[in-house]
Amino acid sequence: MQYIDIHAHMVSRTTDDYYQMAMTGCVALTEPAFWAGWDRTGADTFEDYFRHLTEFEPKRAVQYGIQHYCWLCLNPKEGENRKLAREVVARIPKYLDRPTVLGIGEIGLNRNTRNELETFKDHVELAIEHNQLIHIHTPHLEDKYKGTRLIIDALEKYAKIDPRRVMIDHAEEHTIGMILESGFWTGITLYPQTKVSPQRALDLIEVYGPERICVASACDWGPSVPVAVPQFMMEMRRRRHSDELIQQVVYENPFAFLSQSAHFQLPHQSKNIAAASRS
Amino acid sequence: MDYPSSTCPLNRRQLVDEYFIENRTKLLDIAAFLDRLARAKEDSPEQDFRMAAFQRGLGVLSESSSSRVSQIEMIFSDPTTEPLEKLDVKSARGAYEERKQEVR
Repeated sequence: MQYIDIHAHMVSRTTDDYYQMAMTGCVALTEPAFWAGWDRTGADTFEDYFRHLTEFEPKRAVQYGIQHYCWLCLNPKEGENRKLAREVVARIPKYLDRPTVLGIGEIGLNRNTRNELETFKDHVELAIEHNQLIHIHTPHLEDKYKGTRLIIDALEKYAKIDPRRVMIDHAEEHTIGMILESGFWTGITLYPQTKVSPQRALDLIEVYGPERICVASACDWGPSVPVAVPQFMMEMRRRRHSDELIQQVVYENPFAFLSQSAHFQLPHQSKNIAAASRS
Repeated sequence: MDYPSSTCPLNRRQLVDEYFIENRTKLLDIAAFLDRLARAKEDSPEQDFRMAAFQRGLGVLSESSSSRVSQIEMIFSDPTTEPLEKLDVKSARGAYEERKQEVR
């Protein structure tokens, strides 16, 4: 069965991971801009990073039949640095027309500071100004509940925000209800330690239903599993869920959300990646 | 918003048959972790804030509820509502500790 992984930091992964993902049915993935694991030294370094995301990774992915799309931003881990944030936000618009860019993300909060919140709002306003989809990171562990609340409260102050065009990611049992009730899409990320296991992700689908929910590996440079989505699919089969429901969660749902960007196309119809691979 | 209580196709007996062994293993892992801590040398008279939350979470496991995960997540969560004035540490630590003012 084919699937779309809506959250994978492939700049941190090897081509072997692309191979494993392709062999398990991945036909497309989206890569939100991320923290390098250490703070970057200046806005110029983001130019290289954005070129990596929009030029190099699509070429690497397409060798395995996977379409690579991305989201651009300064990640919440660096959001405390307001000067850097302003400089990076100013550089993003020139990349938004690139054929594999889907929107602004993953923006959000890290430790829920005032500066992080201001940087988040800068990105939201950038997305509104350029009519972009938004992909949002919610904080880790003890900061998740408060951060998710702060993010939703901030978004609801913008009259121009359509919640159907916003994905609030990394939901867990204590935050998924408030996200869905506010009309947003949400993501459940499958992590061996700090996020949600395939078993718990499926519990959430069983309790909340499959509408406006996607699952993703969120694989990055830390402990994570690039084939976590097919592991989740196996969990669904283990509990005897139908192929139709599995397909809805791992393919149709991400397709429905991502297709709101004109840049995202059905894998077998896309010309964008072919163009990127030729350039 | 109304949610179904569960749409899992397996009944309770089937869930036990399918998941008992792996969860038995997880329970023993937690017990082993607590035993390991008990054997270790003490380095502070104060209980670690993370383990204090952990112990409260263990209490939830024996309650009759269908929202144990959320309850435990809330035990670990920051209960405050206002943003931090400035960044204290770069990464979350797994449980809430009352904020210290110095920047580390």
